[in-house]
Amino acid sequence: MKNFQLSAKILSQKKIKGNYWHCELAAPLIAKNACPGQFINIRVSDTYDPLLRRPLSIHGVKGAKIKIFYKVVGKATEILARKKKGELLDIIGPLGNGFAFGKRKTENGKQILVAGGMGVAPLMFLAERLKKTTIQILVGARTREELLCINDFKQAGCLVSVATDDGSAGFQGRVSDLLKQLLQEAQFRPQTIYACGPRLMLKAVADMANEYALTAQLSLEEHMSCGIGACLGCVVKTKGGLKRVCKEGPVFAAKELAW
Amino acid sequence: MTASGTFGYAEEFQDFMELKKLGAIVTKTLTLKPRQGNAAPRTCETPAGMLNSIGLENPGLEIFIQDKLPFLKKIGIPIVMSIASEEEPEEFLELVSRINLIPEVAAVELNISCPNVRGKNSLIAQDAEATYQIVQEVRKRTDKVLITKLSPNVTSIGEIAESAEKAGSDAISLINTLGGMSIDVQQRKPKVSSGIAGLSGPAIRPVAVRMVWEVFNKVKIPVIGMGGITDVPSALEFIIAGATAVSVGTANFINPKISLAIVSGLKEYLVSNKIADIQELVGSLKI
Repeated sequence: MKNFQLSAKILSQKKIKGNYWHCELAAPLIAKNACPGQFINIRVSDTYDPLLRRPLSIHGVKGAKIKIFYKVVGKATEILARKKKGELLDIIGPLGNGFAFGKRKTENGKQILVAGGMGVAPLMFLAERLKKTTIQILVGARTREELLCINDFKQAGCLVSVATDDGSAGFQGRVSDLLKQLLQEAQFRPQTIYACGPRLMLKAVADMANEYALTAQLSLEEHMSCGIGACLGCVVKTKGGLKRVCKEGPVFAAKELAW
Repeated sequence: MTASGTFGYAEEFQDFMELKKLGAIVTKTLTLKPRQGNAAPRTCETPAGMLNSIGLENPGLEIFIQDKLPFLKKIGIPIVMSIASEEEPEEFLELVSRINLIPEVAAVELNISCPNVRGKNSLIAQDAEATYQIVQEVRKRTDKVLITKLSPNVTSIGEIAESAEKAGSDAISLINTLGGMSIDVQQRKPKVSSGIAGLSGPAIRPVAVRMVWEVFNKVKIPVIGMGGITDVPSALEFIIAGATAVSVGTANFINPKISLAIVSGLKEYLVSNKIADIQELVGSLKI
């Protein structure tokens, strides 16, 4: 799949709450070719610090617009959040392999999405494209205040269940524990689980998928330098050897990974 | 040219640029047998730079020839094969004798300076005598253009360069990465899994420029300069310091199109400064 390096105009930049931001970019070539699970690599500064680009998942596509949803965690994301509508952003995309899902309406089972923290970012795009099937999304966060995109998922037609570590909303515990509880009900057998979140959460989802003989696709993260497959920095262990999270990933079949 | 390890085997850059406009491509270093490389995390960002400890992950010579070489050949520009040995010197010689059979390979770059191969106390490139030995052995076995790539982690890079020249190198390329470390303060662990890793990017530029100048004054063979080149002015620094050619590395990660931007930028510079031949600039430092 072809990748593009281009200047995208910022169409909107909004603080959602806390350190969470939503930004829309005009990028018709990337929007046209983007698939859920893919990401863009953004150059936030033309100075030498921060030097490298930052990869962010594509949160959604609408016409010629691509949407990103991000958290300000350090210098680079801070710079990104200060950019205004009308400014240009140097981006590369759509990078990575994306989730694999059918386009037919014949999916019998439910599709289950599992999002831990910022894992909501790529899963929103997936939920929008999976529209014709039955989707249940499990969203996990430390506290009620840190639950993200709940209304957006509902508007996209998903059944939403939440889990909070402190029990301030929904199930008390980790989102992977919520999944476990649901799987213990015999009738709850999703066709596919799509997950994105912290590595430990993904491992738990993979273990459950294995235990219940379910198909699961996991979107991973790893430190990246180039984001285009050249530097070999972002590798992850799979049963087929080391694979690049930016190129053969970020989405991997759960059974493919070697933990 | 594009620096070894920063451009893969060129395929990843085809969407962004016309590869045939480059002067040459230097491949990611190849070893005889496939190497898996180091555990992740393999890279981290540093002020104006980055650390890497990839560990020479590569598919090995045979799979390179089968899977990667065809694409490189199609581009139609000189291919420089960077090679390294896991247990020198026999492997270097085996690699070279097989590469002799590939007519499209214009040159061989000896990576005697990669700091990311575990188990070595000192690199060949840190020892003038060891450098002389290996270059001499390789020289005997190939007529291909032979480039020796030097490490900056030495006391006197001029001495190592002289050794490589005496042993029959056709050119010297420098610098490879500088040994460095970055620590995660919360976890009290190095950010890169190997601990000590190689620093590259604009942060190392002054060291690289200095070393190019030192080597230029010690050898008569051409010098290929690299180390944090990100634009035309920085490329010119290396040329003025004595480099006949320059290589762009880390900058490719920031802007995949940068190498060609520098090629055309250098041409424009010559035109607007009415310089007929770039050779006039090589080593023209007034000091």
